Amino acid sequence: MTTMKQKTFAGGLHPPDSKKYSAHKPIERCPLPDELIIPAAQHIGAPAEICVAVGERVKKGQVIAVAKGFVSVPIHASTSGEVIAVEPRLHPMGRPLPSVVIKPDGADQWDETLKGNDPEQLDAATLKNLIRDAGIVGLGGATFPAHVKLSPPQDKAIDTLILNGVECEPFLTADHRLMLEEAERIIDGIKILCKVLAVDKAIIGIEANKPDAIEYLRKECAPHQIQVQSLKVQYPQGAEKQLIDACTGRQVPSGGLPMDCGIVVQNVGTAAAISDAIRLGRPLVERITTITGPAVVEAKNLLIAIGTPLSHLVAQCGGLNGEPAKIIMGGPMMGQTQLSLEVPAIRGTSGLLIFREEDLPQMKAGPCIRCGRCISVCPIHLQPTTIAAYARLELVDEAADYHALDCIECGCCTYICPATLPLVQSIRHIKGGILAKRRKL
Amino acid sequence: MLAAVLTIGGIGLVAAVALGIAAKKFAVEVDPRELAVLEVLPGANCGACGLPGCAGYAKGVVEGTIAANLCTPGGAESVEQIAHILGIEAVTADPKVAVVLCQGDNQKATAKYRYLGLDDCNAAQKIADGPKACPGGCLGLGSCERACPFGAIEMTPEGLAVISREKCTGCEKCVAACPRQVISMAPLDAMTHVLCNSHDKGAAVRKYCQIGCIACHICKKTAPEAYKVENFLAIVEYEHHLEAAAAIGKCPTKCIRDFSTGYPQGSSYPAPSVPVNRDSAA
Amino acid sequence: MDNQLYLSSSPHIHSGETTDKVMRLVIYALLPATLLSIYFFGLPALSVLLICTLGCLAFEALSCKLLKQPLTLSDGSAALTGILLALNLPPSTPWWLSLLGAAIAILIGKQVYGGLGYNPFNPALVARVVLLISFPVQMTSWTTPAPLGSGIDAVTAATPLGEMQTAVMLTGKLPELAISGYTDYLLGHMAGSVGEVSALALLLGGLFLLFKKIISWHIPVSFIGTVLVLGGIFWLVDAGRYPNPIFHLLTGGLLLGAFFMATDMVTSPVTCKGMLLFGCGCGLLTVLIRLFGGYPEGVSFAILLMNACTPLIDRYTRPKIYGQVEPQA
Repeated sequence: MTTMKQKTFAGGLHPPDSKKYSAHKPIERCPLPDELIIPAAQHIGAPAEICVAVGERVKKGQVIAVAKGFVSVPIHASTSGEVIAVEPRLHPMGRPLPSVVIKPDGADQWDETLKGNDPEQLDAATLKNLIRDAGIVGLGGATFPAHVKLSPPQDKAIDTLILNGVECEPFLTADHRLMLEEAERIIDGIKILCKVLAVDKAIIGIEANKPDAIEYLRKECAPHQIQVQSLKVQYPQGAEKQLIDACTGRQVPSGGLPMDCGIVVQNVGTAAAISDAIRLGRPLVERITTITGPAVVEAKNLLIAIGTPLSHLVAQCGGLNGEPAKIIMGGPMMGQTQLSLEVPAIRGTSGLLIFREEDLPQMKAGPCIRCGRCISVCPIHLQPTTIAAYARLELVDEAADYHALDCIECGCCTYICPATLPLVQSIRHIKGGILAKRRKL
Repeated sequence: MLAAVLTIGGIGLVAAVALGIAAKKFAVEVDPRELAVLEVLPGANCGACGLPGCAGYAKGVVEGTIAANLCTPGGAESVEQIAHILGIEAVTADPKVAVVLCQGDNQKATAKYRYLGLDDCNAAQKIADGPKACPGGCLGLGSCERACPFGAIEMTPEGLAVISREKCTGCEKCVAACPRQVISMAPLDAMTHVLCNSHDKGAAVRKYCQIGCIACHICKKTAPEAYKVENFLAIVEYEHHLEAAAAIGKCPTKCIRDFSTGYPQGSSYPAPSVPVNRDSAA
Repeated sequence: MDNQLYLSSSPHIHSGETTDKVMRLVIYALLPATLLSIYFFGLPALSVLLICTLGCLAFEALSCKLLKQPLTLSDGSAALTGILLALNLPPSTPWWLSLLGAAIAILIGKQVYGGLGYNPFNPALVARVVLLISFPVQMTSWTTPAPLGSGIDAVTAATPLGEMQTAVMLTGKLPELAISGYTDYLLGHMAGSVGEVSALALLLGGLFLLFKKIISWHIPVSFIGTVLVLGGIFWLVDAGRYPNPIFHLLTGGLLLGAFFMATDMVTSPVTCKGMLLFGCGCGLLTVLIRLFGGYPEGVSFAILLMNACTPLIDRYTRPKIYGQVEPQA
């Protein structure tokens, strides 16, 4: 492998990546649980509307909730079986939300009406509709509906597609395994995406701590004019804005979207899902998730049916060694803590991380000593401690003046703060205040 | 020595003359009534009137763009004085006081999870709808305490907000600061309240709180005029608050309380003198 | 039964770097200079160090008690202030003056503002300057080092900077010593305050802090750089009257100031640009005070003056944020 200069962005830091527990584990298919809990809200935007009733038999891939509005996608049954309940169930968001509970019949039979297509034969608009109907959302964790990102307004010329294979969150290895094992699907998805966007330049950005994936994808991509870019191991290299900066040197304007600088970013997992959606006609009913953390007996990368309860995933990994103290869906830097292992894994569940009491950092917040570390690590070049100070005083306008709304909530400032102040949480809090005030005006 | 005295004295003299001239020349015309109104306002700049500060309110009142009885902290006294200054008729509003409709502190109510992070109720509420198992209970992280411009709210060591009836001026800042609408405004002379804010069914309330309303209707049966039960929660009809006291001893979960007998355990406030008379001039 | 799971806002891991760890590392970095000063000045230096450090701890505990605040001794900031104060005092400082200094540093320099993180001025320097102005006799009676076990008696002497100023004032020319004797300054064979005497030991500690990333290079480099450049210009103009820049570098606690006092996080700017500006300002004021001011030594005054400018510097050196352009409509 040539030692090409690793590209990166300004700011950020490098927490211990802790990927060794699961990076070498091949993707394993997780058996179906006794019941699947499939919530209607699994993406950013309006939740889908449930369209099945208790007692109905459904096939794998059948629509069980229809999209409501443009920024929304339908939800599909993850296996064949019987709908045994349509009721609010505890959601990863932390409260009960409408869900369809399916009892699998064991046959795992696909809906026969689903048909594959040759993407060469279809035009961009049809492809986009198929992507939407398949319920494809960003699988990196943000779960933004893919078709919305693929529909830039007429006046925004897109010239580059960036594939996010960075996986900069510590512990997570799902995308890493996908790139090693499913390169063909990824490349096929990229070609479909290029056709939809009418671009011919595609870059796959991968952090340098995955040299095997970089080497393998370089080899596989060579005939397809897809560039594989090795990126410095620096968190948050996989954040959309930072990735764009590192790969192209362009910056997304403050308050704008990647399309404002001619770029669309999609996760590698999303590309693979798009390939399935078009070629096989299969909607998004399963994903790869890393089950890891010090409390998990054997860390694994599992291919799971959407709606599988977390407890079932843990059981597949040999159970827990110790009392769980913190259950995190996603990575340790941006993941969301969970109330129980009974919540289901959903489309955005890139990982499940479980800590015991002794693995948690001691966070006894003290006064800010103005060390400036939060400023030097902020990938947006904000002054987190200043914004947090304004947040404590509820000074909404001052916080907005210090660009609080530009914060991407990556967590670098809180991670590095020697006073262990909850800086991101303060900024998040005042962001809410700023938006509320703007709505009022 | 003499030179120094003369120099310093000279500088002082020149500066004084310059300042005097500037004050006369650049003086801003202010309606004298505005100053008089500002004089009778409490000067806490609490914002209860809806304007950023007392000066803004005084200006608005004199210009007639805003009603003269919106200063709740000033009470009836200031309304009458403003009316006198402006030569209008005083229309006073009944004095109100903020009441925390919850007694479920960390001892009496269970937690859904252990919260780590910013000591702020609004921030905690964003994480799985707050750590208290009860969806309506006081989170105890003191957002109202910090919002109160009059220092009328204290948090008990067990995490419950308690409002002093003597210090509260009814500005409603705390009502806006609370993410769970635990604080409600009640007439100052009403002493009996149902201190619960959970609309869950009785069985659910029993699971997470020893002192919550289980909607058993006993209070309603005891004093039908004084209570209503809505969505599994008893509420005092404040027009009949005097009759409400009859049910205090009857409530099986002791969530009906009379403030004249003292504040919840853990509070450092002394029992209110009965009746609280905030507007002695009225 | 309460649920025993923790829920919190992300992130869920932490670097492990905490305030007390930072303070502890700065204290370690001061060890070479501290030990060397005890070796050079013997018991007097040791007693100044002990009285200042214990005094600061005691006054911090006292003020926490009086203000009914939780005890903050474990964060190490009081101990650090005590050591820094001691290093800035003459070894012959009487015990009561050291104790007074500790009280001023903690009570007036820090706690009245609300404790650690809120003080606008470096507490140790506030104390030193208050003492210097109030007790000029005790604060400027210097002795030459008398290394432990060497049998030499400490004798009263002026600091190199003091000697220089007196000579320049009287004769308009530099004294002999100012032109030679760099090796002595480097190792610490000169009269001076407890901690400023060995440039080498201070440099060692400073490099340790840089290596451990406790401080960034911006302030020390711009501070020392400005002193060297400015001192160099004056020296080139008139080498007979103005000392050479190396003399500036090795005397009067410039290194102590640049590595340990000016870099005090609480009282210096938070942005890189701001730190550079802050360091340049410190350097400029130091040289001006040394060459033209009433006091022979300018580092303390320079840093305190720049401390006062810190909020202003912070305000005008806000970093440009990612993508800071008007969004396309």
